[in-house]
Amino acid sequence: MPDTITELKKKYSSGELTPTEVVEKALATIAKMNTDINAFLDVYKDALEEAKAATEKLARGEGVDQPLLGIPLAIKNNILIKGRRATGASKILENYTATYDATVIARLKAAGAIFVGSTNMDEFAMGGSTENSAFGPTKNPLDTKRVPGGSSGGSAAAVAMAAVPAALGTDTGGSIRQPASFCGLVGFKPTYGAVSRYGLMAMGSSLDQAGPLTNCVADAELIHNVIAGPDSLDATTITPDTYGAVPAKDTYTFGIPKGFLSEGVDPDVLATFMAHVELLKSLGHQVVEVDLPLFEQGLAAYYIVVQAEISSNVARYDGMRYGLSMPGENLLEVYEKTRAAGFGPEVKRRILLGTYVLSSGYYDAYYGKAQQVRNMMRDELKAAFETVDIILTPTAPTPAFKIGEQEDPLAMYKQDIFTVPVNLTGVPALTFPMGRVERDGVSLPVGVQYIAPHGGDARLFSLGKKVYDERL
Amino acid sequence: MTKEEIIHLAALARLELTPAEIEKFTKELSAILSYVGTVQTLAESAADTTPRLGDRFNVLRTDAVTNEPEQYTKDILAEMPQTEGRYMVVKKILQTE
Repeated sequence: MPDTITELKKKYSSGELTPTEVVEKALATIAKMNTDINAFLDVYKDALEEAKAATEKLARGEGVDQPLLGIPLAIKNNILIKGRRATGASKILENYTATYDATVIARLKAAGAIFVGSTNMDEFAMGGSTENSAFGPTKNPLDTKRVPGGSSGGSAAAVAMAAVPAALGTDTGGSIRQPASFCGLVGFKPTYGAVSRYGLMAMGSSLDQAGPLTNCVADAELIHNVIAGPDSLDATTITPDTYGAVPAKDTYTFGIPKGFLSEGVDPDVLATFMAHVELLKSLGHQVVEVDLPLFEQGLAAYYIVVQAEISSNVARYDGMRYGLSMPGENLLEVYEKTRAAGFGPEVKRRILLGTYVLSSGYYDAYYGKAQQVRNMMRDELKAAFETVDIILTPTAPTPAFKIGEQEDPLAMYKQDIFTVPVNLTGVPALTFPMGRVERDGVSLPVGVQYIAPHGGDARLFSLGKKVYDERL
Repeated sequence: MTKEEIIHLAALARLELTPAEIEKFTKELSAILSYVGTVQTLAESAADTTPRLGDRFNVLRTDAVTNEPEQYTKDILAEMPQTEGRYMVVKKILQTE
């Protein structure tokens, strides 16, 4: 396994490695592998200058207050870095340069992190395979016939191909967790509001959060702690007091949603999951069934709420203020032709669906009902957390599938069955590899998902380090 | 879902569609809508019909300028597809005969 951030930091302080050497190696790995994998959309060669500065800083004994000094990271291309191209993997922003830093970027820079490049994704984060990128699909480094998952597939592939020890992704319905599962990584979706959304391209504003993809839980915790915290530029950010304390414990009661595993879960994934349940019991934890009937059906509500928010959010692409502009006879034609040429099929599909569920006559039946279901799910979850500490599911119902295999959009949406309830209710979730399954003679990783109550981010890290990191 | 409905939605969303796209989306949207429509039966049992905003409140700040004059102007103007001096060029909105 490549160096984790924790290992790199040790080697930096002992002098065994320098940021210059590590960033040189990162750029060399990208140069060698990216033509095939297509994880990176842009590579920042000037990262080497920053690495040299970090190396000198470390040599002078400075930067002790910078937890990520000299650590190379890859950033999903829907997160704005001032002066860098920010495409959202869409043709409509193909030549757009960010005019400011996202809050998460400003905080990573202040912590000393070095960005080596931007990563590929499903267009505007809409998808679960990175096949919806306007700049071609990303391949899974563990089996290049397969997808890396999505929408943060480029970020997952960048870590899995050992170009960087960690990458930043965004998660609206599973877009950090499912690619982490497909690529054998740790992925974390924070409590809604724990991390500022300022400077993230908005997809579903009531669902979006940014988070890390890493090789161990400790690294995910480190990055999360750098990027998290209240931000006056995002009014939905929370403070530590917003939700009550969720203390870490020695042993936990895990709840498996009753009937949740009955349908559509790959038998090998299920067997791996049951083995993980046995592992938890052997570590002294309790595992029980918990009644969450709505959790299973949250997918339908999710695909109403998210399309509604998408259709509103992407209305900003008007061909006037920034991005692609197609000529037209009048204002309306400029709008229609720019959006026709700039958006890919999945974005158009979701705009139409969102417009439908918000339109007069259908609003109550779809959007109104979905909001109601969302309320009910929050209540149901709250009740469940009175009896259990953690809810346990597989992260995705299958291992990584083949590129081009999932053509039906509805079948693709069903990939998110275990992950979307987390975004709808706003709770945090952690995924890490629970085992491997074999497909066509290749051993593929599959992830387990731990869900905690609102504000339980630290509980997930403390538990994940015990169950995963200490057993690596 | 009919083709006419798709054409109407596309007009509302300011999206030009090709005949092939209209054909494809008519089929796909029908399937997706019949799936997501299951929320209607689910929510019938709901006692609580008031949409909730969650556990957050309005956040207010002082109404004061927080950036330097011209701090972003050049960069933002540079991203506009068409400019004239310091102005963004747009198509005429009101058509006169």
